[in-house]
Amino acid sequence: MTVVQVPPGWVPVAGLLLLGVATAAASLDGALAARSAGRTLGGGLLTPLAETARLLNQRRRATLAADTPLRRLGIAGLLTAALLMAAVIPFGRWTVADLAVGVVWFNAVDVLLWAAVWLAGWGPNSVHPLVGGYRFLAQALCYELPLMFALTAPAVAAGSLRLGDVVAAQQGLWFVVWMPVAFAVCCAAVLAFSVWGPFAAPLGSGSAGGVLAEAAGVDRWLVQAGRYALLTAGAAFTVTAFLGGGQGPLLPAWLWVLVKTAVLLAAFVVLRRRLPVVRPERLAVPAWLVVLPLTLLQLLVVSVVVVVRA
Amino acid sequence: MLSGIVFWVLAVVAVAAGVAVFRVDSMARATYALAASFIAVGLTLLLLDLQYLGIVTVLMMVMEMAVMGIYMIMFMGMNPALMPMSMVHGKRAALTVSIGTFAVLAAGALLVPWPTRRGAPAPDLVRSLGEAVMGSKMLVMMTVSPVLFATIVAALVLALPRGRYDRLGDDLRGNDLDGRARR
Repeated sequence: MTVVQVPPGWVPVAGLLLLGVATAAASLDGALAARSAGRTLGGGLLTPLAETARLLNQRRRATLAADTPLRRLGIAGLLTAALLMAAVIPFGRWTVADLAVGVVWFNAVDVLLWAAVWLAGWGPNSVHPLVGGYRFLAQALCYELPLMFALTAPAVAAGSLRLGDVVAAQQGLWFVVWMPVAFAVCCAAVLAFSVWGPFAAPLGSGSAGGVLAEAAGVDRWLVQAGRYALLTAGAAFTVTAFLGGGQGPLLPAWLWVLVKTAVLLAAFVVLRRRLPVVRPERLAVPAWLVVLPLTLLQLLVVSVVVVVRA
Repeated sequence: MLSGIVFWVLAVVAVAAGVAVFRVDSMARATYALAASFIAVGLTLLLLDLQYLGIVTVLMMVMEMAVMGIYMIMFMGMNPALMPMSMVHGKRAALTVSIGTFAVLAAGALLVPWPTRRGAPAPDLVRSLGEAVMGSKMLVMMTVSPVLFATIVAALVLALPRGRYDRLGDDLRGNDLDGRARR
């Protein structure tokens, strides 16, 4: 199955698709929130619409001596990064940009989030967002290196950095089967760069809302929508790199991508309410002393298998 | 035509952002102006069909600038980094050195006869880059990276024997910053 690049006219459709799936994730989260608050499950499904209407009616909050250009860049950065990530992910037979270095592209865009979240925290010239921004960087130093090496594993196994080739190389056997550590690290890193679940400390109540403390109106909407979009793009990438992408019986390839992404994304959303938030400060030692060596070991196993098979 | 326009836009952005590094009055703006300049340079590499190098340049430079953001708060005492401040110091010496360097490099570019191309680019540039780094240049890479890493660690230790990020012990059973036991 070869991947073809769609004409530029389809780019908005791809963007809407990403936002649509992200909205579904937000609905699921709203439903779970309603259930844990003792209300009916169905009422929460409209949360993303209600929240959008509320935030778009709300005024932006202005702070004294704010660094407005950097703040705007940071706040818009999350959603932008998610859209850029989605651009290289094959949706069945189609992709927006069939880059020869798709894996590196995804990695480079997730590094842009280091800048985006920190700038969103720096911009308002306020203590709690700045603390949140630094917490994100501390967390990023913990997840980024394991993520880089975890992403190397499928690229080594496929012998290519092109995501279409990575999918094609999983014909018959998905990479998750023989790279479970890399898969787990990739999932954790997606949660971490989306500032989600156990890695939500940069936005947490521990710093009065952190990066979001001064964000109101459309600013807050952009950050929250950006997080759901990042979670969605990250899930779609993980599906592509480890869960066979469009591979599967009976259904067309694009539907398999959609189904697998939806399942993984739902798992991410559910995990949010199951796991406690980890303090970034306590993340460094396990990340560097346990997770990173394990990921390198995984990469060694993959490399040896590739060499022996060749 | 299109690549010409893209080149000029990126070149202007790279130079303008580079100038902005010294003109702005805040550490954060200077840091991210430098990042913008490097991103423009990285994207320029894409015009040479060096996709891997171009995107890795963007990746590394944004990461470096973000880490520089950590250092600038960590080391700048009572945090002038958070206040407006001038981005230049030692102006006369710096100007002399930079104008001299520019003159030498520009003269070199204009006066030295350019070599003609020998051979053709490899069909798979990422692969040939990987073979160069992992093959003939392996020894250089293996020497340079520990030296660089040791330099960073040594500089940190010298600059910050006891800093605000002191863990007071290297395992999770240590005390926290207030000196109280964790559990």
